Amino acid sequence: MTETPAIRVRGLRRTYGDTVAVAGLDLDVGAGEVVALLGPNGAGKTTTIEILEGHRHRDAGAVNVLGHDPAHADLDWRARIGIVTQDSGDLGELTVHESVSHFAHYYPRPHDPEQVIELVGLTAKATARVRTLSGGQRRRLDVALGIVGRPRLLFLDEPTTGFDPQARRRFWDLIRQLAGAGGCTILLSTHYLQEAEALADRVAVIVGGRIVADATPAALVGRATARTVVRWSDGRQETDDPAALIATLTTRYGGAVPELTVSRPSLEDVYLDLIGDGS
Amino acid sequence: MTTTVRPGTPQRPSAVRLGLHRATIELKGFFRERDAVAFTFAMPAVILALLGSIFDGVYPGSDVTSAQYLAPSMIAAGVASTTFINLGTGIAADRDDGTLRRLRGAPMPPSAYFIGKILMALVVTVGETVLLLGIAVLAFDLSLPTDPVRWLTFGWVFLLGATACALTGIAASSLAGSARSAGAVMNLPYLVLAFISGVFYTPVGQLPEPLLTVGSLFPLKWMAQGFRSVFLPDSILPQEVVPSWEPGRIALVLAAWCIGGMVLCLTTFRWRGRRSR
Repeated sequence: MTETPAIRVRGLRRTYGDTVAVAGLDLDVGAGEVVALLGPNGAGKTTTIEILEGHRHRDAGAVNVLGHDPAHADLDWRARIGIVTQDSGDLGELTVHESVSHFAHYYPRPHDPEQVIELVGLTAKATARVRTLSGGQRRRLDVALGIVGRPRLLFLDEPTTGFDPQARRRFWDLIRQLAGAGGCTILLSTHYLQEAEALADRVAVIVGGRIVADATPAALVGRATARTVVRWSDGRQETDDPAALIATLTTRYGGAVPELTVSRPSLEDVYLDLIGDGS
Repeated sequence: MTTTVRPGTPQRPSAVRLGLHRATIELKGFFRERDAVAFTFAMPAVILALLGSIFDGVYPGSDVTSAQYLAPSMIAAGVASTTFINLGTGIAADRDDGTLRRLRGAPMPPSAYFIGKILMALVVTVGETVLLLGIAVLAFDLSLPTDPVRWLTFGWVFLLGATACALTGIAASSLAGSARSAGAVMNLPYLVLAFISGVFYTPVGQLPEPLLTVGSLFPLKWMAQGFRSVFLPDSILPQEVVPSWEPGRIALVLAAWCIGGMVLCLTTFRWRGRRSR
Protein backbone atom coordinates (compact mmCIF):
# COMPACT_ATOMS: atom_id res chain seq x y z
CA MET A 1 0.00 0.00 0.00
CA THR A 2 2.83 2.39 0.85
CA GLU A 3 4.56 2.17 -2.53
CA THR A 4 1.62 3.33 -4.65
CA PRO A 5 0.92 7.06 -4.28
CA ALA A 6 -2.46 8.00 -2.83
CA ILE A 7 -2.75 10.90 -5.25
CA ARG A 8 -1.00 11.48 -8.58
CA VAL A 9 -1.88 14.53 -10.67
CA ARG A 10 -0.29 15.52 -13.98
CA GLY A 11 -1.07 18.59 -16.06
CA LEU A 12 -4.40 19.32 -14.38
CA ARG A 13 -6.32 22.19 -15.99
CA ARG A 14 -9.67 23.78 -15.25
CA THR A 15 -11.05 27.06 -16.54
CA TYR A 16 -14.25 28.93 -15.70
CA GLY A 17 -15.12 30.99 -18.75
CA ASP A 18 -12.06 33.16 -19.30
CA THR A 19 -10.63 32.54 -15.85
CA VAL A 20 -7.98 29.87 -15.56
CA ALA A 21 -8.40 28.35 -12.08
CA VAL A 22 -5.95 25.47 -12.44
CA ALA A 23 -3.21 25.84 -15.06
CA GLY A 24 -1.26 22.63 -15.48
CA LEU A 25 -0.87 21.42 -11.92
CA ASP A 26 1.31 18.45 -10.93
CA LEU A 27 1.07 16.89 -7.49
CA ASP A 28 2.00 13.64 -5.78
CA VAL A 29 0.86 12.56 -2.35
CA GLY A 30 2.31 9.35 -0.95
CA ALA A 31 0.26 6.96 1.15
CA GLY A 32 0.30 8.06 4.78
CA GLU A 33 1.63 11.51 3.93
CA VAL A 34 0.14 14.78 5.16
CA VAL A 35 0.42 17.38 2.41
CA ALA A 36 -0.66 21.00 2.67
CA LEU A 37 -1.81 22.88 -0.38
CA LEU A 38 -0.83 26.40 0.59
CA GLY A 39 -1.81 29.45 -1.35
CA PRO A 40 -3.68 32.75 -1.34
CA ASN A 41 -7.40 33.03 -2.00
CA GLY A 42 -8.26 32.27 -5.61
CA ALA A 43 -5.07 30.29 -6.21
CA GLY A 44 -7.01 27.20 -7.27
CA LYS A 45 -6.87 25.22 -4.02
CA THR A 46 -10.56 24.44 -3.75
CA THR A 47 -11.00 23.69 -7.46
CA THR A 48 -8.07 21.26 -7.29
CA ILE A 49 -9.39 19.53 -4.19
CA GLU A 50 -12.92 19.30 -5.60
CA ILE A 51 -11.59 17.68 -8.78
CA LEU A 52 -9.67 15.15 -6.67
CA GLU A 53 -12.85 14.46 -4.66
CA GLY A 54 -14.78 13.79 -7.86
CA HIS A 55 -17.05 16.77 -7.15
CA ARG A 56 -15.95 18.82 -10.13
CA HIS A 57 -14.94 17.92 -13.66
CA ARG A 58 -11.64 18.90 -15.23
CA ASP A 59 -10.75 20.24 -18.65
CA ALA A 60 -7.47 18.37 -19.04
CA GLY A 61 -4.86 16.37 -17.20
CA ALA A 62 -4.44 12.95 -15.64
CA VAL A 63 -5.73 12.38 -12.12
CA ASN A 64 -5.39 9.23 -10.07
CA VAL A 65 -6.74 9.05 -6.54
CA LEU A 66 -6.43 5.74 -4.68
CA GLY A 67 -6.03 3.96 -8.00
CA HIS A 68 -9.07 5.47 -9.69
CA ASP A 69 -9.98 8.47 -11.80
CA PRO A 70 -12.28 10.44 -9.49
CA ALA A 71 -14.38 11.56 -12.47
CA HIS A 72 -15.49 7.94 -12.99
CA ALA A 73 -15.27 6.63 -9.45
CA ASP A 74 -17.82 4.30 -7.92
CA LEU A 75 -19.30 4.06 -4.44
CA ASP A 76 -16.63 1.61 -3.24
CA TRP A 77 -14.04 4.28 -4.03
CA ARG A 78 -16.17 6.88 -2.21
CA ALA A 79 -16.21 4.61 0.85
CA ARG A 80 -12.40 4.90 1.03
CA ILE A 81 -12.18 8.69 1.00
CA GLY A 82 -13.33 11.28 3.51
CA ILE A 83 -14.28 14.83 2.62
CA VAL A 84 -14.43 17.95 4.76
CA THR A 85 -15.62 20.78 2.56
CA GLN A 86 -15.11 24.48 3.12
CA ASP A 87 -18.49 25.37 4.54
CA SER A 88 -21.70 23.58 5.31
CA GLY A 89 -25.07 24.54 6.71
CA ASP A 90 -26.88 21.22 6.61
CA LEU A 91 -28.10 18.87 9.37
CA GLY A 92 -29.37 21.81 11.45
CA GLU A 93 -32.25 20.05 13.20
CA LEU A 94 -30.42 16.78 13.87
CA THR A 95 -28.24 16.19 16.90
CA VAL A 96 -24.51 15.60 16.68
CA HIS A 97 -24.97 11.93 17.55
CA GLU A 98 -27.79 11.41 15.05
CA SER A 99 -25.70 12.97 12.29
CA VAL A 100 -22.59 10.91 12.96
CA SER A 101 -24.42 7.62 13.40
CA HIS A 102 -26.52 8.27 10.29
CA PHE A 103 -23.42 8.81 8.16
CA ALA A 104 -21.78 5.75 9.71
CA HIS A 105 -24.52 3.68 8.04
CA TYR A 106 -23.28 4.48 4.55
CA TYR A 107 -19.90 2.79 5.06
CA PRO A 108 -19.01 -0.90 5.04
CA ARG A 109 -16.86 -0.77 8.18
CA PRO A 110 -17.34 2.51 10.01
CA HIS A 111 -15.86 3.65 13.27
CA ASP A 112 -18.03 3.58 16.36
CA PRO A 113 -19.92 6.93 16.25
CA GLU A 114 -19.43 7.55 19.98
CA GLN A 115 -15.68 7.14 19.66
CA VAL A 116 -15.54 9.50 16.69
CA ILE A 117 -17.55 12.10 18.59
CA GLU A 118 -15.15 11.74 21.50
CA LEU A 119 -12.13 12.02 19.21
CA VAL A 120 -13.32 15.37 17.86
CA GLY A 121 -14.17 16.53 21.38
CA LEU A 122 -17.92 16.84 20.97
CA THR A 123 -19.04 14.28 23.57
CA ALA A 124 -20.54 17.04 25.72
CA LYS A 125 -22.48 18.23 22.68
CA ALA A 126 -23.60 14.80 21.43
CA THR A 127 -27.29 15.44 22.05
CA ALA A 128 -27.23 19.10 20.96
CA ARG A 129 -28.88 20.15 17.71
CA VAL A 130 -26.29 20.87 15.05
CA ARG A 131 -27.63 24.39 14.46
CA THR A 132 -26.75 25.33 18.07
CA LEU A 133 -23.04 24.50 17.62
CA SER A 134 -20.39 27.22 17.40
CA GLY A 135 -18.36 27.58 14.23
CA GLY A 136 -15.48 25.58 15.63
CA GLN A 137 -17.73 22.83 16.96
CA ARG A 138 -19.46 22.61 13.59
CA ARG A 139 -16.12 22.23 11.88
CA ARG A 140 -15.22 19.41 14.23
CA LEU A 141 -18.52 17.73 13.41
CA ASP A 142 -17.61 18.06 9.72
CA VAL A 143 -14.37 16.25 10.49
CA ALA A 144 -16.26 13.58 12.45
CA LEU A 145 -18.49 12.98 9.42
CA GLY A 146 -15.42 12.94 7.18
CA ILE A 147 -13.64 10.23 9.19
CA VAL A 148 -16.51 8.08 10.48
CA GLY A 149 -16.23 5.83 7.41
CA ARG A 150 -12.59 5.01 8.25
CA PRO A 151 -11.16 6.71 5.13
CA ARG A 152 -7.71 5.91 3.75
CA LEU A 153 -7.53 9.43 2.33
CA LEU A 154 -8.97 12.57 3.88
CA PHE A 155 -9.51 15.90 2.12
CA LEU A 156 -9.67 18.98 4.35
CA ASP A 157 -10.49 22.21 2.53
CA GLU A 158 -9.41 25.20 4.65
CA PRO A 159 -10.48 23.46 7.84
CA THR A 160 -9.62 26.23 10.31
CA THR A 161 -10.66 29.41 8.49
CA GLY A 162 -12.36 31.66 11.01
CA PHE A 163 -11.00 29.83 14.08
CA ASP A 164 -9.52 31.65 17.04
CA PRO A 165 -5.89 30.67 17.77
CA GLN A 166 -6.84 28.35 20.62
CA ALA A 167 -9.44 26.49 18.57
CA ARG A 168 -6.94 26.22 15.73
CA ARG A 169 -4.37 24.58 17.97
CA ARG A 170 -6.93 22.08 19.28
CA PHE A 171 -7.89 21.29 15.72
CA TRP A 172 -4.28 20.74 14.75
CA ASP A 173 -3.92 18.20 17.59
CA LEU A 174 -6.91 16.32 16.18
CA ILE A 175 -5.45 16.22 12.67
CA ARG A 176 -2.09 15.04 14.04
CA GLN A 177 -3.87 12.17 15.83
CA LEU A 178 -5.61 11.12 12.61
CA ALA A 179 -2.40 11.19 10.65
CA GLY A 180 -0.28 9.59 13.34
CA ALA A 181 -2.20 6.77 14.96
CA GLY A 182 -4.88 6.66 12.26
CA GLY A 183 -2.37 6.30 9.42
CA CYS A 184 -4.66 8.36 7.25
CA THR A 185 -3.33 10.13 4.17
CA ILE A 186 -4.35 13.79 4.36
CA LEU A 187 -4.46 16.53 1.75
CA LEU A 188 -5.39 19.82 3.31
CA SER A 189 -5.65 23.26 1.81
CA THR A 190 -4.96 26.35 3.82
CA HIS A 191 -3.89 29.93 3.45
CA TYR A 192 -2.25 29.91 6.85
CA LEU A 193 1.47 29.37 6.63
CA GLN A 194 1.67 28.36 10.27
CA GLU A 195 -0.93 25.69 9.73
CA ALA A 196 0.99 24.16 6.84
CA GLU A 197 4.15 24.23 8.91
CA ALA A 198 2.48 22.70 11.95
CA LEU A 199 0.70 19.85 10.21
CA ALA A 200 2.27 18.93 6.92
CA ASP A 201 5.06 16.55 5.98
CA ARG A 202 5.21 18.50 2.74
CA VAL A 203 3.99 21.90 1.63
CA ALA A 204 2.94 22.52 -1.96
CA VAL A 205 2.63 26.25 -2.61
CA ILE A 206 0.00 26.95 -5.22
CA VAL A 207 -0.24 30.27 -7.05
CA GLY A 208 -2.26 31.03 -10.15
CA GLY A 209 -3.30 27.39 -10.52
CA ARG A 210 0.27 26.04 -10.49
CA ILE A 211 2.53 24.52 -7.87
CA VAL A 212 5.42 27.00 -7.48
CA ALA A 213 7.20 25.18 -4.65
CA ASP A 214 6.90 21.69 -3.23
CA ALA A 215 9.11 20.94 -0.25
CA THR A 216 9.16 20.00 3.41
CA PRO A 217 8.47 22.92 5.75
CA ALA A 218 12.08 22.65 6.92
CA ALA A 219 13.39 22.96 3.37
CA LEU A 220 11.30 26.07 2.85
CA VAL A 221 12.76 27.51 6.04
CA GLY A 222 16.21 26.52 4.76
CA ARG A 223 15.55 28.59 1.71
CA ALA A 224 14.82 31.51 3.99
CA THR A 225 18.00 31.26 6.09
CA ALA A 226 20.13 31.18 2.96
CA ARG A 227 19.30 34.81 2.44
CA THR A 228 20.14 36.28 5.82
CA VAL A 229 20.98 39.98 5.57
CA VAL A 230 23.62 41.48 7.89
CA ARG A 231 23.75 45.28 8.16
CA TRP A 232 26.14 47.50 10.12
CA SER A 233 27.06 51.21 10.20
CA ASP A 234 28.95 51.32 6.92
CA GLY A 235 28.01 48.09 5.15
CA ARG A 236 25.41 45.50 4.16
CA GLN A 237 25.90 41.88 3.08
CA GLU A 238 23.73 38.87 2.22
CA THR A 239 25.12 35.63 3.51
CA ASP A 240 24.18 32.05 4.27
CA ASP A 241 26.61 31.96 7.19
CA PRO A 242 25.87 35.08 9.25
CA ALA A 243 27.83 33.85 12.29
CA ALA A 244 31.09 33.70 10.32
CA LEU A 245 30.50 37.16 8.85
CA ILE A 246 29.81 38.68 12.25
CA ALA A 247 32.95 37.07 13.65
CA THR A 248 34.99 38.67 10.86
CA LEU A 249 33.34 42.03 11.46
CA THR A 250 33.97 41.81 15.21
CA THR A 251 37.67 41.22 14.54
CA ARG A 252 37.75 44.13 12.09
CA TYR A 253 36.13 46.57 14.54
CA GLY A 254 38.07 45.15 17.48
CA GLY A 255 34.88 44.70 19.52
CA ALA A 256 31.22 45.52 19.11
CA VAL A 257 30.11 46.08 15.53
CA PRO A 258 28.36 49.49 15.28
CA GLU A 259 24.65 49.40 14.43
CA LEU A 260 24.70 45.66 13.75
CA THR A 261 21.42 44.05 12.62
CA VAL A 262 20.89 40.54 11.39
CA SER A 263 17.58 39.89 9.61
CA ARG A 264 16.43 36.50 8.50
CA PRO A 265 13.54 36.61 6.11
CA SER A 266 10.81 34.64 7.83
CA LEU A 267 9.02 31.72 6.26
CA GLU A 268 6.30 34.24 5.62
CA ASP A 269 8.70 36.36 3.55
CA VAL A 270 9.62 33.30 1.49
CA TYR A 271 5.97 32.53 0.99
CA LEU A 272 5.12 36.10 0.06
CA ASP A 273 8.06 36.06 -2.31
CA LEU A 274 6.81 32.81 -3.88
CA ILE A 275 3.31 34.10 -4.41
CA GLY A 276 4.71 37.24 -6.01
CA ASP A 277 3.60 39.56 -3.26
CA GLY A 278 7.00 40.14 -1.64
CA SER A 279 8.57 43.60 -1.48
CA MET B 1 -11.12 2.32 17.60
CA THR B 2 -12.59 -1.10 18.05
CA THR B 3 -15.06 -1.92 15.31
CA THR B 4 -14.33 -5.51 14.38
CA VAL B 5 -13.28 -6.08 10.81
CA ARG B 6 -14.22 -9.35 9.14
CA PRO B 7 -11.89 -10.74 6.54
CA GLY B 8 -12.87 -10.12 2.93
CA THR B 9 -14.62 -7.06 1.60
CA PRO B 10 -17.50 -5.97 3.78
CA GLN B 11 -20.62 -5.07 1.86
CA ARG B 12 -22.02 -1.61 1.70
CA PRO B 13 -25.66 -1.52 2.87
CA SER B 14 -28.37 -1.71 0.21
CA ALA B 15 -30.07 1.33 -1.32
CA VAL B 16 -33.42 0.34 0.22
CA ARG B 17 -31.98 0.05 3.73
CA LEU B 18 -30.22 3.38 3.36
CA GLY B 19 -33.40 4.86 1.89
CA LEU B 20 -35.32 3.86 5.01
CA HIS B 21 -32.58 5.40 7.13
CA ARG B 22 -32.82 8.58 5.11
CA ALA B 23 -36.59 8.62 5.57
CA THR B 24 -36.23 8.61 9.36
CA ILE B 25 -33.61 11.38 9.17
CA GLU B 26 -35.81 13.40 6.78
CA LEU B 27 -38.85 13.01 9.04
CA LYS B 28 -36.87 14.05 12.11
CA GLY B 29 -35.57 17.08 10.24
CA PHE B 30 -39.06 17.96 8.99
CA PHE B 31 -40.98 17.60 12.23
CA ARG B 32 -38.37 19.40 14.31
CA GLU B 33 -38.71 22.55 12.24
CA ARG B 34 -41.89 23.52 14.00
CA ASP B 35 -42.82 26.64 12.05
CA ALA B 36 -42.36 24.83 8.75
CA VAL B 37 -44.51 21.95 10.02
CA ALA B 38 -47.22 24.33 11.18
CA PHE B 39 -47.36 26.23 7.90
CA THR B 40 -47.08 23.16 5.67
CA PHE B 41 -50.07 21.58 7.39
CA ALA B 42 -51.98 24.79 7.96
CA MET B 43 -51.97 26.24 4.45
CA PRO B 44 -54.41 23.84 2.74
CA ALA B 45 -56.38 23.49 5.98
CA VAL B 46 -56.82 27.23 6.37
CA ILE B 47 -57.80 27.65 2.72
CA LEU B 48 -60.37 24.86 3.07
CA ALA B 49 -61.77 26.40 6.26
CA LEU B 50 -61.88 29.91 4.72
CA LEU B 51 -63.29 29.08 1.30
CA GLY B 52 -65.65 26.53 2.84
CA SER B 53 -67.10 29.20 5.14
CA ILE B 54 -67.26 31.95 2.51
CA PHE B 55 -69.21 30.07 -0.13
CA ASP B 56 -72.57 28.69 0.79
CA GLY B 57 -75.49 27.21 -1.02
CA VAL B 58 -76.40 23.83 -2.41
CA TYR B 59 -75.86 22.74 -6.00
CA PRO B 60 -79.16 22.36 -7.87
CA GLY B 61 -80.37 18.78 -8.29
CA SER B 62 -78.21 17.53 -5.41
CA ASP B 63 -77.78 18.01 -1.67
CA VAL B 64 -74.08 18.84 -2.00
CA THR B 65 -73.01 22.14 -0.42
CA SER B 66 -70.27 24.37 -1.85
CA ALA B 67 -68.01 23.47 1.07
CA GLN B 68 -68.56 19.76 0.54
CA TYR B 69 -67.75 20.17 -3.15
CA LEU B 70 -64.60 22.06 -2.24
CA ALA B 71 -63.34 19.54 0.34
CA PRO B 72 -62.22 16.63 -1.93
CA SER B 73 -60.63 19.12 -4.34
CA MET B 74 -58.75 20.70 -1.44
CA ILE B 75 -57.49 17.25 -0.44
CA ALA B 76 -56.01 17.00 -3.93
CA ALA B 77 -54.46 20.47 -3.49
CA GLY B 78 -53.18 19.35 -0.08
CA VAL B 79 -51.52 16.31 -1.65
CA ALA B 80 -49.93 18.56 -4.28
CA SER B 81 -48.74 20.92 -1.55
CA THR B 82 -47.11 18.26 0.65
CA THR B 83 -45.49 16.54 -2.32
CA PHE B 84 -44.81 19.08 -5.09
CA ILE B 85 -44.05 22.15 -2.93
CA ASN B 86 -42.58 20.25 0.01
CA LEU B 87 -40.11 18.30 -2.15
CA GLY B 88 -39.38 21.14 -4.55
CA THR B 89 -38.43 23.60 -1.82
CA GLY B 90 -36.86 20.90 0.38
CA ILE B 91 -34.51 19.68 -2.35
CA ALA B 92 -33.63 23.24 -3.39
CA ALA B 93 -32.68 23.84 0.26
CA ASP B 94 -30.65 20.62 0.33
CA ARG B 95 -28.79 21.81 -2.74
CA ASP B 96 -28.15 25.21 -1.17
CA ASP B 97 -27.06 24.27 2.35
CA GLY B 98 -24.60 21.54 1.37
CA THR B 99 -26.77 18.49 2.15
CA LEU B 100 -26.53 17.15 -1.40
CA ARG B 101 -22.83 17.85 -1.65
CA ARG B 102 -22.16 15.98 1.59
CA LEU B 103 -24.30 13.04 0.50
CA ARG B 104 -22.53 12.91 -2.85
CA GLY B 105 -19.27 12.69 -0.95
CA ALA B 106 -20.52 9.64 0.95
CA PRO B 107 -20.93 6.22 -0.65
CA MET B 108 -24.70 6.67 -0.90
CA PRO B 109 -26.58 5.28 -3.89
CA PRO B 110 -28.54 8.26 -5.31
CA SER B 111 -31.77 6.24 -5.15
CA ALA B 112 -31.48 6.13 -1.33
CA TYR B 113 -31.86 9.91 -1.25
CA PHE B 114 -35.02 9.80 -3.37
CA ILE B 115 -36.51 6.89 -1.43
CA GLY B 116 -35.99 8.88 1.76
CA LYS B 117 -37.53 12.04 0.32
CA ILE B 118 -40.56 10.27 -1.14
CA LEU B 119 -41.26 8.28 2.04
CA MET B 120 -41.03 11.49 4.07
CA ALA B 121 -43.41 13.26 1.68
CA LEU B 122 -45.78 10.28 1.83
CA VAL B 123 -45.99 10.36 5.63
CA VAL B 124 -46.56 14.12 5.64
CA THR B 125 -49.17 13.78 2.88
CA VAL B 126 -51.12 11.13 4.76
CA GLY B 127 -51.12 13.43 7.79
CA GLU B 128 -52.33 16.38 5.73
CA THR B 129 -55.09 14.29 4.13
CA VAL B 130 -56.35 13.10 7.51
CA LEU B 131 -56.37 16.70 8.76
CA LEU B 132 -58.34 17.96 5.73
CA LEU B 133 -60.79 15.06 5.92
CA GLY B 134 -61.28 15.82 9.61
CA ILE B 135 -62.11 19.47 8.90
CA ALA B 136 -64.45 18.50 6.06
CA VAL B 137 -66.31 15.95 8.17
CA LEU B 138 -66.50 18.02 11.38
CA ALA B 139 -67.05 21.51 9.95
CA PHE B 140 -68.80 20.87 6.66
CA ASP B 141 -70.68 17.60 7.26
CA LEU B 142 -68.92 15.70 4.51
CA SER B 143 -69.95 12.06 4.86
CA LEU B 144 -67.27 9.42 4.42
CA PRO B 145 -68.17 6.65 1.97
CA THR B 146 -68.93 3.19 3.33
CA ASP B 147 -68.53 1.41 0.00
CA PRO B 148 -65.06 -0.26 -0.09
CA VAL B 149 -64.94 0.26 -3.87
CA ARG B 150 -64.87 4.01 -3.27
CA TRP B 151 -62.01 3.66 -0.80
CA LEU B 152 -60.18 1.57 -3.37
CA THR B 153 -60.61 4.45 -5.83
CA PHE B 154 -59.34 6.81 -3.12
CA GLY B 155 -56.28 4.59 -2.70
CA TRP B 156 -55.18 4.51 -6.31
CA VAL B 157 -55.97 8.17 -6.99
CA PHE B 158 -53.99 9.10 -3.87
CA LEU B 159 -51.04 6.91 -4.80
CA LEU B 160 -50.86 7.91 -8.47
CA GLY B 161 -51.54 11.59 -7.74
CA ALA B 162 -49.02 11.83 -4.90
CA THR B 163 -46.37 10.03 -6.96
CA ALA B 164 -46.93 12.24 -10.00
CA CYS B 165 -46.73 15.43 -7.91
CA ALA B 166 -43.72 14.18 -5.93
CA LEU B 167 -41.73 13.37 -9.08
CA THR B 168 -42.71 16.68 -10.69
CA GLY B 169 -41.66 18.48 -7.51
CA ILE B 170 -38.26 16.75 -7.49
CA ALA B 171 -37.76 17.77 -11.11
CA ALA B 172 -38.98 21.33 -10.48
CA SER B 173 -36.51 21.78 -7.59
CA SER B 174 -33.84 22.33 -10.25
CA LEU B 175 -35.70 25.41 -11.52
CA ALA B 176 -35.02 27.29 -8.29
CA GLY B 177 -31.68 29.09 -8.27
CA SER B 178 -31.49 29.07 -4.48
CA ALA B 179 -33.38 27.95 -1.41
CA ARG B 180 -34.65 31.48 -0.95
CA SER B 181 -36.24 31.67 -4.39
CA ALA B 182 -37.61 28.13 -4.19
CA GLY B 183 -40.74 29.09 -2.26
CA ALA B 184 -41.78 31.60 -4.90
CA VAL B 185 -40.75 29.35 -7.79
CA MET B 186 -42.81 26.42 -6.48
CA ASN B 187 -45.84 28.39 -5.29
CA LEU B 188 -46.64 30.20 -8.53
CA PRO B 189 -47.38 27.09 -10.64
CA TYR B 190 -49.13 25.54 -7.65
CA LEU B 191 -51.52 28.46 -7.13
CA VAL B 192 -52.18 28.90 -10.85
CA LEU B 193 -52.97 25.20 -11.19
CA ALA B 194 -55.18 25.27 -8.10
CA PHE B 195 -57.31 27.94 -9.80
CA ILE B 196 -57.47 26.48 -13.30
CA SER B 197 -58.03 22.93 -12.03
CA GLY B 198 -61.26 23.98 -10.34
CA VAL B 199 -59.98 23.71 -6.77
CA PHE B 200 -60.22 27.32 -5.57
CA TYR B 201 -62.78 28.11 -8.26
CA THR B 202 -65.84 25.85 -8.00
CA PRO B 203 -67.47 24.10 -9.66
CA VAL B 204 -64.92 23.07 -12.23
CA GLY B 205 -67.53 23.05 -15.02
CA GLN B 206 -67.91 26.85 -14.71
CA LEU B 207 -64.26 27.56 -15.62
CA PRO B 208 -63.67 29.40 -18.91
CA GLU B 209 -62.87 26.95 -21.69
CA PRO B 210 -59.21 27.99 -22.38
CA LEU B 211 -58.24 27.80 -18.70
CA LEU B 212 -59.95 24.45 -18.39
CA THR B 213 -58.02 23.14 -21.38
CA VAL B 214 -54.70 24.18 -19.83
CA GLY B 215 -55.72 22.85 -16.42
CA SER B 216 -56.65 19.50 -17.94
CA LEU B 217 -53.06 18.98 -19.04
CA PHE B 218 -51.87 18.77 -15.42
CA PRO B 219 -52.39 16.13 -12.74
CA LEU B 220 -54.12 18.34 -10.14
CA LYS B 221 -57.39 18.62 -12.10
CA TRP B 222 -57.61 14.84 -12.42
CA MET B 223 -56.65 14.08 -8.86
CA ALA B 224 -59.33 16.50 -7.63
CA GLN B 225 -61.87 14.90 -9.93
CA GLY B 226 -60.87 11.47 -8.63
CA PHE B 227 -61.34 12.51 -5.00
CA ARG B 228 -64.72 14.10 -5.80
CA SER B 229 -65.80 10.76 -7.31
CA VAL B 230 -64.97 9.15 -3.95
CA PHE B 231 -66.72 11.59 -1.61
CA LEU B 232 -69.56 13.12 -3.65
CA PRO B 233 -72.78 11.52 -4.91
CA ASP B 234 -73.34 11.08 -8.63
CA SER B 235 -76.10 13.70 -8.43
CA ILE B 236 -73.33 16.35 -8.56
CA LEU B 237 -72.07 15.13 -11.96
CA PRO B 238 -73.85 17.92 -13.92
CA GLN B 239 -71.39 20.38 -12.29
CA GLU B 240 -68.39 18.51 -13.76
CA VAL B 241 -66.87 19.29 -17.15
CA VAL B 242 -68.41 16.17 -18.62
CA PRO B 243 -71.17 14.32 -16.76
CA SER B 244 -68.93 11.40 -15.84
CA TRP B 245 -66.11 10.78 -13.29
CA GLU B 246 -63.95 9.42 -16.12
CA PRO B 247 -61.90 7.02 -13.89
CA GLY B 248 -60.07 5.59 -16.88
CA ARG B 249 -58.91 8.98 -18.04
CA ILE B 250 -57.91 9.98 -14.49
CA ALA B 251 -55.74 6.88 -14.21
CA LEU B 252 -54.24 7.49 -17.64
CA VAL B 253 -53.32 11.16 -17.06
CA LEU B 254 -51.93 10.54 -13.57
CA ALA B 255 -49.91 7.52 -14.75
CA ALA B 256 -48.59 9.55 -17.68
CA TRP B 257 -47.42 12.24 -15.24
CA CYS B 258 -45.73 9.59 -13.09
CA ILE B 259 -43.77 8.40 -16.10
CA GLY B 260 -43.13 11.92 -17.41
CA GLY B 261 -42.11 13.11 -13.94
CA MET B 262 -39.68 10.21 -13.62
CA VAL B 263 -38.14 11.04 -17.01
CA LEU B 264 -37.86 14.72 -16.02
CA CYS B 265 -36.17 13.76 -12.73
CA LEU B 266 -33.67 11.52 -14.45
CA THR B 267 -32.82 14.07 -17.14
CA THR B 268 -32.84 17.35 -15.22
CA PHE B 269 -31.83 16.54 -11.66
CA ARG B 270 -28.78 18.52 -10.51
CA TRP B 271 -26.74 17.54 -7.48
CA ARG B 272 -24.98 20.88 -7.49
CA GLY B 273 -26.18 24.46 -7.47
CA ARG B 274 -26.23 26.34 -10.74
CA ARG B 275 -23.22 28.46 -9.85
CA SER B 276 -20.92 25.57 -8.96
CA ARG B 277 -20.11 22.94 -11.52
